[in-house]
Amino acid sequence: MSEKKQQVSRRQFLNYTLTGVGGFMAAGMLAPMVRFAIDPVLQPASTGDYQAVAQLEDITNEPQRFDWTIDQIDAWYESEVTKSAWVYKDDNDEIIALSPVCKHLGCFVSWAGSDEHPDQFYCPCHDGRYYKDGVNVPGTPPAAALDEFEYKTEDGTLYLGKAKPRGA
Amino acid sequence: MLQKIYDWVDERVDITPLWRDIADHEVPEHVNPAHNFSAFVYCFGGLTFFVTVIQILSGMFLTMYYVPDIENAWKSVYYLQTEVAHGQIVRGMHHWGASVVIVMLFLHTLRVFFQGAYKKPRELNWIVGVLIFFIMLGLGLTGYLLPWDNKAYFATVVTLEIAEGIPIVGEMTKTLLAGNPEIVGAQTLTRFFAIHVFFLPAALFALMAVHFILIRKQGISGPM
Ligand code: FES
Repeated sequence: MSEKKQQVSRRQFLNYTLTGVGGFMAAGMLAPMVRFAIDPVLQPASTGDYQAVAQLEDITNEPQRFDWTIDQIDAWYESEVTKSAWVYKDDNDEIIALSPVCKHLGCFVSWAGSDEHPDQFYCPCHDGRYYKDGVNVPGTPPAAALDEFEYKTEDGTLYLGKAKPRGA
Repeated sequence: MLQKIYDWVDERVDITPLWRDIADHEVPEHVNPAHNFSAFVYCFGGLTFFVTVIQILSGMFLTMYYVPDIENAWKSVYYLQTEVAHGQIVRGMHHWGASVVIVMLFLHTLRVFFQGAYKKPRELNWIVGVLIFFIMLGLGLTGYLLPWDNKAYFATVVTLEIAEGIPIVGEMTKTLLAGNPEIVGAQTLTRFFAIHVFFLPAALFALMAVHFILIRKQGISGPM
């Protein structure tokens, strides 16, 4: 920096103060509105309680669809919503509960949904397929395995929690 | 950076003259409060515009949550006001702003009236201004129903009764506004909503454009 005094002209000074004051007013006006609009993004993620879904004795080695209803509070609208899972016991007698939501673009997948592939999950939207363990069949649109529900068993009842992506 | 973007656009569409037309013009001495403080009366028009901008913005944001349906209108307003961050502020801005706009508009009208600024050649702009005033009253009236609470409901019942009092076409006018000859309900709410957020604002923008263009064409009226 040279020794010369930094000169701010009268015009510049007015420009700066007016822009500053104007900007401050605009910000004060817009801040509450923007916060109001982005509120949904800032909500904490839902914890996902465990829900009773099925009796253990009903679970077989063949994936079956189990439905259960939850009370859903959607802002000012409360309703009962049906959730589904594909549940079976694998070869080690471990319970596997797969989310029916296709990992391509979210359609509903069904076990043996296609006559040509009776031992796979099938998504009708774009012919996506998954093996019995939920892993996507290479060459079909889905790029990941079906989500797996967290579960716990109590008194012969299966409870499901949140569906989690594989490896998470 | 900004200067570069400006230059880039300016080079192609030559916006500097436009910009000069809109914003770069001298403020006559007699309307400058810094020069003579009593000139603050000239601010009311601008303040009306400022509050109108707030109304437009806060209204746009409110419709993110509001539903114009008799089952959900009140609930959605209650939700946005109690559950959404700053909902009370945004709704408050719209609620109080609606009154402030009318007050500012009224003060602006008084100034123009008592200064005789409406005289030839500015009568046309006076007429446009009066139309804007009516539009604003219409916005206040239709907006009043939207929260769909008791006060809103009965205020609208009264309004419709008044409309019904018009000779000959009264009953038709009422049905046209309410959407049903007998019920003040579902169709009334959707109609008032459509009028409040689409029809009247569209008319308001057109009239404001004319109002401002006329001011630029005719200039601010001279000192008293
Ligand atoms: S959504 Fe399932 S394949 Fe596209």
